Amino acid sequence: MSTRKLALSDEILMSVEKPARYIGGEINCVYKKKDEVSIRFAMCFPDVYEIGMSHLGIQILYDMFNSWDDVWCERVYSPWPDLDAVMRREQIPLFALESQEPIREFDFLGITIQYEMCYTNILQVLDLAQIPLWAGERGEDDPIVIGGGPCAYNPEPLAPFFDLFYIGEGETQYAPMMELYKKNREQGGSRQDFLQACAMLPGIYVPSLYTTTYQDDGTIAAFSPTKEGIPARIRKEIVSDVSRTYYPDKPLVPFMQVTQDRVVLEIQRGCIRGCRFCQAGQIYRPVRERSLDFLKEKAIRMLESTGCGEISLSSLSSSDYSQLKELVYFLIEETQKRHVNISLPSLRIDAFSLDVMNKIQDVKKSSLTFAPEAGTQRMRDVINKGLTEEDILHGAGQAFRGGWSKVKLYFMLGQPGETDEDVMGIARLAERIAEEYYEIPKEERNGKCQITSSTSFFVPKPFTPFQWAPMNTAEEFLRKAYLVKDTMRAQKNQKSLRYHYHEADVTMLEGVLARGDRRIAPVILRAYQKGCLFDSWNEYFDDRKWKEAFEEEGISPDFYTIRERSLEEILPWDFIDCGVTKRFLKQEYERAMAGIVTPNCRMRCSGCGAAVFGGGVCFENTN
Amino acid sequence: MKIRIKFTKTGHMRFIGHLDILRYFQKLMRRAEVDIKYSEGFSPHPVMSFAQPLGLGDTSEGEYVDIEVQSTESSAAMLRRLNEKSCPEIRMLKYVQIADETRRSNAMSNVAAADYQILFRKEAPDESALQAMLAQETLVVKRKTKTKEMETDIRPMILSWELGEEGLFVRLATGSTANCKPDTLIEAYDHFRGVTPPPCACHFHRLEMYACREGLFVPLYQLGEELL
Repeated sequence: MSTRKLALSDEILMSVEKPARYIGGEINCVYKKKDEVSIRFAMCFPDVYEIGMSHLGIQILYDMFNSWDDVWCERVYSPWPDLDAVMRREQIPLFALESQEPIREFDFLGITIQYEMCYTNILQVLDLAQIPLWAGERGEDDPIVIGGGPCAYNPEPLAPFFDLFYIGEGETQYAPMMELYKKNREQGGSRQDFLQACAMLPGIYVPSLYTTTYQDDGTIAAFSPTKEGIPARIRKEIVSDVSRTYYPDKPLVPFMQVTQDRVVLEIQRGCIRGCRFCQAGQIYRPVRERSLDFLKEKAIRMLESTGCGEISLSSLSSSDYSQLKELVYFLIEETQKRHVNISLPSLRIDAFSLDVMNKIQDVKKSSLTFAPEAGTQRMRDVINKGLTEEDILHGAGQAFRGGWSKVKLYFMLGQPGETDEDVMGIARLAERIAEEYYEIPKEERNGKCQITSSTSFFVPKPFTPFQWAPMNTAEEFLRKAYLVKDTMRAQKNQKSLRYHYHEADVTMLEGVLARGDRRIAPVILRAYQKGCLFDSWNEYFDDRKWKEAFEEEGISPDFYTIRERSLEEILPWDFIDCGVTKRFLKQEYERAMAGIVTPNCRMRCSGCGAAVFGGGVCFENTN
Repeated sequence: MKIRIKFTKTGHMRFIGHLDILRYFQKLMRRAEVDIKYSEGFSPHPVMSFAQPLGLGDTSEGEYVDIEVQSTESSAAMLRRLNEKSCPEIRMLKYVQIADETRRSNAMSNVAAADYQILFRKEAPDESALQAMLAQETLVVKRKTKTKEMETDIRPMILSWELGEEGLFVRLATGSTANCKPDTLIEAYDHFRGVTPPPCACHFHRLEMYACREGLFVPLYQLGEELL
């Protein structure tokens, strides 16, 4: 390994920020002899190393691929703008971290698409790798470019750049796909032959085999396969038994500090809650829990193999994991023995969580987190967030008496049906929490309290009940943010209240990309060509260039953001079947507008459609 | 019980910065299950003290970290355990017990000098220029601090030097009282010749670090004893 030659010279590495991003060789990274494998797979997270290395999904797939003898999976991330410039100038092809060899020599380039604001980085990766950006221009020797992750649930804005998309969880269809690839190669088949064969695999979408036509008003007239026998609908893939599947014993341990410098224990997939704004809550249905034994064993193995000083639990709603108490107390014991920290996601505040927080955190320094998402009960019913004001005030009160004095609150502005009353409700809720604190006698409390509220702007996402809803305009978003701010300032306890809000421009763009169709692809390319990159980084986001790109391509962002879609409209992602039916989503949208709450999956099945996968919470109490 | 570990940092590890090396050792201690003493509080971390950070891009076969342990196996067994869990370019060379004197006896405050091998990668060194420069009684360099520019005479900090086929070998005063980094010496050499060198013209490789005991320079590990 020490003889491994780096792709970049010392001069280059010493001239860029954080050269450790580009050298590979991390603890637990996998080396194979390239002549002894038949498939080389490059796994990409299209953002900077520190972000990409913090992602659990890639660790799982990296472990899975490399557990197969004939596949060698390596990693690649977006070069930071300083190195990007050098690579363009010197025409250095983008390389994989392990072998340091060019990506364009690989069989596959798999790109995980976790958020919309990384789309220009996808083009950067292809471009630096010297792979043609348009899938249609790729030749027999170019890697097969695969997209996956949550944004693959609306792949259309990126469709022309990918050879195929993998819809759903990666653990199931890569093995058959690798077999198909080897078979196709042995038989002397072409790239096209392989893609067509892949299109028959469950969960695989080959965009070049489908076509879209549009009506005069710009909405979709039809979306259909161009060849006979190609499936018209693609159902997402899921792992049915999440306790008998791939999960790393030896996660990679980076040399440099990354965003999440810890081992991650994914306790379950999916969420029973059904918040109407939340995409993850729908597309990862049904809830499937990992067994306690599986989690205990993985926790110990990962701590031993990495030496990490922290372990965290990951899931959409950890309080709903049925054996949480047992797991957490087990971890507390193990971690204290090993001098390791536990970081817990925000739990529902009750006696159990307060006890746990007392054991693992410094009460004076740590804060409580609530995500009411909306300021009034009326609005929380609209979005089906089953957290009441009473829950919050009672939870906060208990915590305040236990010594806590800091609270963080997360809200969204601009959800469907929101009125100014609801907006001001955000400030009022913060005020009421502060009042709860100051009701405690002075000698029993710990100085001033600090209530920090943050709002983000709501972006309607595919496969949610709000997928038809219009977004607010940027002006409306900002007006609402100022309204929250002014209301905060007019209150008695304003000195104990803090308020943060996000930028509006970047949210508008996210709105276009989230619900866009294939006509957005040329806009993304044009923005990239104008220099847009790392759009999720404030210091690099350039709204003016994006606006120019839309204008030059003759595309109106408003069509995708502030337009209300009719319930009959064909949506760009309708051909994907995530289990949850469009009928259910419509019903949920209507219930939202009527302010009717829908019970969670454990209280009562609402017939969303996810039972079609034959497992998880849908069958918990049946045999 | 105080332990001093001597280790290497070679190859690609030269691109790993000092703070990341610290984090690397925190994790290494856990992987190798060293019974190290931890700090108190809610974020316990192993207590470690490193001697004289190495510059980014430099390599070394003479790095030191002091740790405190509750229990330990023999030096040989501990070296085996640590090296098994370390990457090939960070190797432990020595594991010795040091006297438990005062808090001031850690690796950092012990250091008085260090040996470096300076490799000239772009052009052969100009021996006569080096000789002329070092024949002077003073060698004043400008050093920038956060607020001002200071002038320092580094000549007394160049304790010895020798030009060989494998580069320039120097012993430089190192530590809190007098400190001269090898790149400062090379900057002075370039300035003396009136040359602006290309980037990465020299590679700095640290060979050993010394404490000063009764006027003699003793390698830091020799202040400790092997555990049998």
